[in-house]
Amino acid sequence: MELFIILGLLCLGYFAGTYAERQHYKSIRKRERETASISVVTFGAKQEIPDAKDAKLFVGNVVISGDYFKMFISSLVNLFGGEMTLYRSLLDRGRREALLRLKQEAISWGGTKILNVRFETSRIGNQIGDDGLVSIEVIAYGTAIR
Amino acid sequence: MILTTLEGVPGKEIIKHFGIVQGSTVRAKNIGKDILAGFKNLVGGELQGYTELLQEARQEALDRMIQQANSIGANAVVNVRFATSSIAQGAAELYVYGTAVRVQ
Repeated sequence: MELFIILGLLCLGYFAGTYAERQHYKSIRKRERETASISVVTFGAKQEIPDAKDAKLFVGNVVISGDYFKMFISSLVNLFGGEMTLYRSLLDRGRREALLRLKQEAISWGGTKILNVRFETSRIGNQIGDDGLVSIEVIAYGTAIR
Repeated sequence: MILTTLEGVPGKEIIKHFGIVQGSTVRAKNIGKDILAGFKNLVGGELQGYTELLQEARQEALDRMIQQANSIGANAVVNVRFATSSIAQGAAELYVYGTAVRVQ
């Protein structure tokens, strides 16, 4: 009986998770094209400060979680070591989403450039299923100028 | 109050430094959101409840930093950085710090 529940959850995680991931990537790519007009750079602190009328700090954040299937497979990979591609795509989605939110906010404010962008990632423990189901918060922040 | 992650404020000159200002908040999760997140965890994806929760909390930390900067007579905070750390099971500290300055 328990085996069936686990199998059911695995299937649900796999199909729903893969579908959600594909949709998310599609939306990320679409919005990345839309926001390509604004330039984003990670430098800007240790050189001459550009001349601009206004500068403002913007933050984009997202909390993202893996699905049951990913976590299950990851725990197997854990036994042998090696690269965890499943987690990589999760973090990739999180980072790109956070950066997109930062860009979208900066664009709606009228920004032309985002300087000194920094990323930060942190793990958010979950009470339910601290056995491997993790959520990750990614933030991207930087200074927009106009 | 102008906030930047740069070492100055574009288009303005720094005339006085006031040193470090900081703001922080420690947040615990809310049970209702946690249960929902538990379900969402099965299929993966964004946990919107948490995204909003952390956004609000980070804004609060920022507000505290701004308040501190205001109280010492600064009108901008430069080189702002964020840091997040898990303090205990289910609690996270959101921390923001920067250098308070006065610009023209």
